[in-house]
Amino acid sequence: MAYTEDDLKKELETKEYEYGFYTDIESDTFPVGLNEDIVRAISLKKEEPEWMVEWRLEAFRAWKQMEEPEWANVHYDKPDFQNISYYSAPNKKPKYNSIDEVDPELLDTFKRLGISLDEQKKLAGVAVDIVVDSISVATTFKATLAEKGIIFCSISEAIREHPELVKKYIGSVVPQKDNFYAALNCAVFSDGSFCYIPKGVRCPMELSTYFRINQAGTGQFERTLVIADQGSYVSYLEGCTAPSRDENQLHAAVVELIALDDAEIKYSTVQNWYPGSAEGKGGVYNFVTKRGICEANAKISWTQVETGSAVTWKYPSCILKGDNSVGEFYSIAVTNNFQQADTGTKMIHLGKNTKSTIISKGISAGKSQNSYRGLVHIGSRAKNARNFSQCDSLLMGDECGAHTFPYIEAKNKTAQVEHEATTSKIGEDQIFYCNQRGIDTEKAIALIVNGFSKEVLNKLPMEFAVEAQKLLEISLEGSVG
Amino acid sequence: MELKDKLVSSFIAFENTVDVDTAIHDIRSEAIKTFEEKGFPSKKEEAWKYTSLKSILKHDYNVFPREESALEFKDIKRYFIYDLDAYKIVFIDGKYSSHLSETTHDKIDVCLMSSALAQPKYSVVINKYFNTVAKQDGLTSLNTAFSNEGAYIQIPKNTVAEKPIEIIHFSTGAEGAQLLQPRNLVVVGENSQVQIIERHQSLTENPVLTNSVTEIFVDKSAIVDYYKIQNDHENASLVDTTCIQQQSRSIASVHTFAFGGKITRNNLNFYQQGEGIDSILNGVTIIEGKQHVDHNTLVHHTEPNCESHQDYKGIFDEKAIGVFNGKIIVDKKAQKTNAFQSNNNILLSDSATINSKPQLEIFADDVKCSHGCTIGQLDDNALFYMRSRGIGEKEGRALLMYAFANNVLESVKIPQLKNRINKLIAKKLGVAIGFDL
Repeated sequence: MAYTEDDLKKELETKEYEYGFYTDIESDTFPVGLNEDIVRAISLKKEEPEWMVEWRLEAFRAWKQMEEPEWANVHYDKPDFQNISYYSAPNKKPKYNSIDEVDPELLDTFKRLGISLDEQKKLAGVAVDIVVDSISVATTFKATLAEKGIIFCSISEAIREHPELVKKYIGSVVPQKDNFYAALNCAVFSDGSFCYIPKGVRCPMELSTYFRINQAGTGQFERTLVIADQGSYVSYLEGCTAPSRDENQLHAAVVELIALDDAEIKYSTVQNWYPGSAEGKGGVYNFVTKRGICEANAKISWTQVETGSAVTWKYPSCILKGDNSVGEFYSIAVTNNFQQADTGTKMIHLGKNTKSTIISKGISAGKSQNSYRGLVHIGSRAKNARNFSQCDSLLMGDECGAHTFPYIEAKNKTAQVEHEATTSKIGEDQIFYCNQRGIDTEKAIALIVNGFSKEVLNKLPMEFAVEAQKLLEISLEGSVG
Repeated sequence: MELKDKLVSSFIAFENTVDVDTAIHDIRSEAIKTFEEKGFPSKKEEAWKYTSLKSILKHDYNVFPREESALEFKDIKRYFIYDLDAYKIVFIDGKYSSHLSETTHDKIDVCLMSSALAQPKYSVVINKYFNTVAKQDGLTSLNTAFSNEGAYIQIPKNTVAEKPIEIIHFSTGAEGAQLLQPRNLVVVGENSQVQIIERHQSLTENPVLTNSVTEIFVDKSAIVDYYKIQNDHENASLVDTTCIQQQSRSIASVHTFAFGGKITRNNLNFYQQGEGIDSILNGVTIIEGKQHVDHNTLVHHTEPNCESHQDYKGIFDEKAIGVFNGKIIVDKKAQKTNAFQSNNNILLSDSATINSKPQLEIFADDVKCSHGCTIGQLDDNALFYMRSRGIGEKEGRALLMYAFANNVLESVKIPQLKNRINKLIAKKLGVAIGFDL
């Protein structure tokens, strides 16, 4: 039967308009929901080249086929991915006009962490006229970095300015289809940091320590790419000890580290996002994929202090591909109230004479659940591979849980693998000893917890170590009973 | 026809051979439904991540044992611990062999599952205990569905079984591939003691798959020692599920000596239901070739003041694969628990693999729990020391390996059995030394 004009008219009347979805790329916040148009729009907004758009779309298509992982030892209401706005420009309007309007409880915490007044204002979202110190410091350091040939900028800028580097390395450690959240991140990441250290250069400062104010607000789908070229060294710091009242429920970041021959990367994280109320309402879901690859004689060291978030799902890993490469993982995970953490690491030994060390300290209080989940894999060609793992858990109160799920796979006879785990509580005699010497119970617990975590705290850059120590204290406040 | 379908349809034929008007048969009917639903485990299941049954499920197994095949005692004498005076329950192709066995009803009951199921005087015990502690997974349900034969051991209150009890399952495989599903029940009363030795032995080159389930109930202050010898042919596979329920102040130990078999999977589950309990899990694994041994253990602490001790040693040569998956769960109520778990392994070849997963799940705060896992090699210095003193390399290595496994062997309480295990190890390591130094 011939297709007549009437048929067409009829069809147009009954059919819903296929192209009805409208995205205004000029607006600051995108409508909720996720589809290919949104992915394209994010890319367009970031002025990204065509290959990047395709890369994102590929990830998005893969993500649609994937299912949310359920193996982790955490329970939460699944986020509705169609009910999230995937892009919103950084809010330029200050939340408060003066520091007096800020929640006094928040200010008190800032004070105890020893954060300067200017930083406090910025972090709380108070309008700041001139932050002379910060800005000038930032500018000076930017100049120093440029002189050494170090590239340190936002990832969007890097995609525009250094496409050859980004194209070569992005997705090389965490492929687009790696896992559910990594795929989602690849499709919709809004911003993040990019860092390139040229051959033989030793980065003269802790990257991002001094930029923590300026770099704040990079959003919920952060993407970090750190490349240390042959023989270089960099220490990179992420996060902030200050409590962040982030409204975003879901955070799915991806961090990729590439340490070429003889290079060393030290990556430290302090995470203190909103853990939800004491009754277990709200809080951030932190689903992060972090992985680094070591070429010959290279070293990657992960240090993390995790005190925030309602649900944490995070396994910073090292692929020890090159001979003589070294991977390290130092972690403190503190959970209180209704927080849940499932965190650990993967050490994949592929090269000869590779070494890895895992030190994980879990502290659970209140009604929280804290799990260590780790994998040590010794490939059949990894001659003389060596691993030492130690995971200790400290339980405070009888309603929390501590769990250990280590996976150890060895395929080479020269492998030497050791794994040790203990679970204990703070002894009454220890507390009594402190009380007897005039230290109140709360302080005594802080003292003991600090001692318990010392091995990991020592690995943090100095400025952060002090703050992190105080942070542990604050996180565990009120857990004694 | 797939093995699963074959088994499900065989169930109707099986019903014709047993009494269907009993409570047990309702359990069987329920179990076949569970098996139909769950089927055989796949590698996708976390508990079976490192062990695939694919290669052994492809055979066309005979499901029903034939009539008793005769075996001469002299032919199989070497599988018994002949210098040990013991009660014996012997099965050939799943059928009870009366002329090789030595059972008793004097004070204690050492007899057959089939006769216990048939006689009303045992029905109280059967109804109280049968299938109450066994897991409800696919393979266990399959065993439950076809459960009819196995060992039945009941020790009343305040009784010490004066002799150990040996349970041996032979398979002749005369008619080709064979599937055996023994089902054992051990009930030990208050203050009683018993020692049990279990062995599965294939006498054929044909593939044999044994899916064995044992339920053990240990009442207050009772002591049970259970020894499993697994030294089978390269084409015999074993899935052994043992579930143990313990009451207050009881001590139960299970020693598993895994020296061979195509695929050996041990599911060992301890459920503590009282205070002051001690659970002991020991294992020595020495395998080579393409053998695969998987130890999957669970200790569930539910009450305060209990202990558990796990010690598993493994030596893996050639292309052998070893798996250890140990789990300790400490409930909120189980304060003052002491739980220890240790898994040590030696790899002798680059093609051998060890996958170890020692897990702790702890919900109580006043506990002492630790686990350790190591993978390493023999100490070259120690070897050199021995060689410099005139001990051959092979013997030196064997001595070191024996020393490595020694603290597990030390805990064997029956001297004749210990002797036998020493000989098995010497044979396994290809040396002619006694180790009874």
